[in-house]
Amino acid sequence: MILATAMVLCACGGQGSGSLPGESDITVFAAASLQQAFDKVGARLKTTNNTKTTFNYAGTQTLTAQLQQGAQADVFASADIAHMNTVEGAGLIAGPSKIFAQNWLEIVVAKGNPKGINGLSDLTRSGLVVVLADPSVPAGKYAQQALSKAHITVRPASLELQVSGVLSKVALGEADAGIVYASDIFTSTRVDGVPIAVDQNVIADYPIGALKHSAHAAEARGFIDFVLSPEGQGILKSSGFLGV
Amino acid sequence: MSLNARVKVRHNDFVLDVELDIDPGESVAILGPNGAGKTTLLRALSGLIKVVGRVELAGEVLEDSATGLRVPTEERHVGLVFQDHVLFPHLNVLDNVAFGLQAQHRPDAKRIARGWLERAGLAEKASAMPRELSGGQAQRVALLRTLATEPRLLLLDEPLSALDVTIRAVVRRELSRQLASFGGVRLIVTHDPLDAITLADRLVVLENGHVVQSGTPDEVTARPRSRFVADLAGVNLLRGKGRGDHVELMSGASVAAPDAGAGDVFAVIHPRAVALYLSRPEGTPRNVWQGQVEDIDLHGERVRVRVKSPVSLVAEVTPAAVRELRLHAGGAVWMAVKATEVSVYPA
Amino acid sequence: MALAGLGLLFFLLPLAGLIVRAPWDQALAGITAPETATALGLSLFCSLAATAAALGLGIPLALVLSRTTGNVRSVMRALTTLPMVLPPVVGGVALLLAFGRRGLVGSFLYQAFGVQLPFTTAAAVMAETFVAMPFLVIAVEGGLRSLDPRYEEAARALGARGWMVFARVTLPLLRPAIFSGAVLCWARALGEFGATITFAGNFPGTTQTVPLAVYIALETRPESAIVLSLILLAVSLAVLVGMRDQWLGEP
Repeated sequence: MILATAMVLCACGGQGSGSLPGESDITVFAAASLQQAFDKVGARLKTTNNTKTTFNYAGTQTLTAQLQQGAQADVFASADIAHMNTVEGAGLIAGPSKIFAQNWLEIVVAKGNPKGINGLSDLTRSGLVVVLADPSVPAGKYAQQALSKAHITVRPASLELQVSGVLSKVALGEADAGIVYASDIFTSTRVDGVPIAVDQNVIADYPIGALKHSAHAAEARGFIDFVLSPEGQGILKSSGFLGV
Repeated sequence: MSLNARVKVRHNDFVLDVELDIDPGESVAILGPNGAGKTTLLRALSGLIKVVGRVELAGEVLEDSATGLRVPTEERHVGLVFQDHVLFPHLNVLDNVAFGLQAQHRPDAKRIARGWLERAGLAEKASAMPRELSGGQAQRVALLRTLATEPRLLLLDEPLSALDVTIRAVVRRELSRQLASFGGVRLIVTHDPLDAITLADRLVVLENGHVVQSGTPDEVTARPRSRFVADLAGVNLLRGKGRGDHVELMSGASVAAPDAGAGDVFAVIHPRAVALYLSRPEGTPRNVWQGQVEDIDLHGERVRVRVKSPVSLVAEVTPAAVRELRLHAGGAVWMAVKATEVSVYPA
Repeated sequence: MALAGLGLLFFLLPLAGLIVRAPWDQALAGITAPETATALGLSLFCSLAATAAALGLGIPLALVLSRTTGNVRSVMRALTTLPMVLPPVVGGVALLLAFGRRGLVGSFLYQAFGVQLPFTTAAAVMAETFVAMPFLVIAVEGGLRSLDPRYEEAARALGARGWMVFARVTLPLLRPAIFSGAVLCWARALGEFGATITFAGNFPGTTQTVPLAVYIALETRPESAIVLSLILLAVSLAVLVGMRDQWLGEP
């Protein structure tokens, strides 16, 4: 949270400054789960379009609040439609937003699955320490939806403020299981995943949009176009997302 | 109930090396200039500082570095009264005085404390806080606090020096009265000779960590053995080797004196015995020196003139004499002292 | 003078913003909402428990610190004040590594007794104690150093043994330092966020203290967040005003 605030401060101050001649600078607010994929996108754009991208990764609800309070950004990539709607409703998005990726939910467990978890119903086992994301976070909201689809009630030990928090608690061995995005497990070597049955799972739609007040409308469009292009989609898939 | 102490303390570069033997009921004043080690001695006797040596009180060995025995302060039953009372600021007068009694687990501590206060005429201050007391009252309460525990040895560290000159005399009399009725050994540390003479039977002069002199006040001032005591007594003190009819000083100059004896000696000349002249005097005095006036000090109706010469002395003359001779700092002057006015005694 | 005014403004503006933007009409509803009450109650309990722990452990620690000298003291001093300069989240990570299920001490506790500290209210108290105790230790140690050693000497010369000296002379004379140290400690514990979320996690009623509740409410129920913040502000102000004499150094 401290990092996010610091980055916002940097982002706000850094518009148009510190860039080399011929280079343009854009700021992208993106959901935490997109970090690995978008870092690659940013690197790609630097070599092809000479665009320097500064990323602000945080929980989608944090980014939404920051944008509502007037934080400056060029692109916003949300982990769910609801938060994008909020930002669009505040009149901050230029043009319609587009879905650029999808994500399944998956159960995260320690490497080797020592507790032998096979599905959502195993999460109700007594003595099991389960950690979820807080419902105010998209991943947390989706997790609750999946659990209610499966007619299961789980009493989590903690409601983390970011999906990455759920993953790290399991990776550290403090929690036995949690529900995160498939992409999170795909890109991590410290944990293993257990799939959730299709009829219980929830697909998360990731919308992306350019901010109306952006001073680099062309570059913002460029970023979004790249993400939607085959090359961009390829990068997203290699990070465990589902393309569109 | 006597005190026998051989105390050696090494503190940074300072060494205290003292032997004390005090009889029960005796009141001894430790006199000396600042830095002589007086407070260190008291702290050592009360057990706050470790010593090399031996301390025995009323037949009980309190400390013996040879055997490693060391009785901690709280078990020594030695009373210590500090220079500026050090009353517990968060307790009222009665609780302060009762403190030591409560440490002894006396159930009637407060009643006994009140008794002490009444006898000292401080009963109405019983519920006052220390900060509401005057300097003199606070010091008296501090003394009562210690006396109430009926210690075997009473140590008073400069009991009057923190007080205003105006009330010092009053409190000194008070203190003298209280001490008179105390049965144990009394040790008072002071740099004020008046305190020493009023409150003690015997003086022990401490200088640079060592005892230089011991005796009754009269004995000590009659035969000073140190600059400090000489200044106290207001006399000129010289040191040298006795050569029968004169004393040879360290500087080489000689002072004629009958019965100078032999060996290391002190020679005392009272300032009144030093006569000043503008030119070399002719007459019977054997001791005549030419010198230079260093400074002139008025003491009431007497003037003390310090003269630098092969034998530097302080002369006491009248203001009229100073005017007549037109004495001034830096001026040349002659001094004469009759040999019979020089008293010599072994060092 | 201008700089001083700027400094004052820097403190005043955020507080003013809070008060001006507060939804006063919804304030009552916000206060009586069950989540608010739970978070408040939990925060009060944890911060008071942390302060109590700090007093019990911190006063003896301060005593030892004030009596040691040299290198030993420098090392001890650095250790006890480390939590003050450490980012709270880092503190939380450190606590996990020590007391988590796989931690230095925690693994033993888990395997031997099945005791798991993270995600419990105890963990929240531990996190708060960790970050807040240094304030108490420093205040008390400062008090001890400025204490005239002759009071204790006088007490001993009057025949008081160790415990009596401590209880009847040292402790009462230390009371102002202990009090101001405890208040600072409590205030710091009340506001702790980073170490709590990392070590104890977030769950309403168990570990969701007011700062955590405010953070979450900010997105979903901003009025609730502002109301909670105002309550915390009011409590802190009340304490500071009540303590103003201590700040001014009244004996």
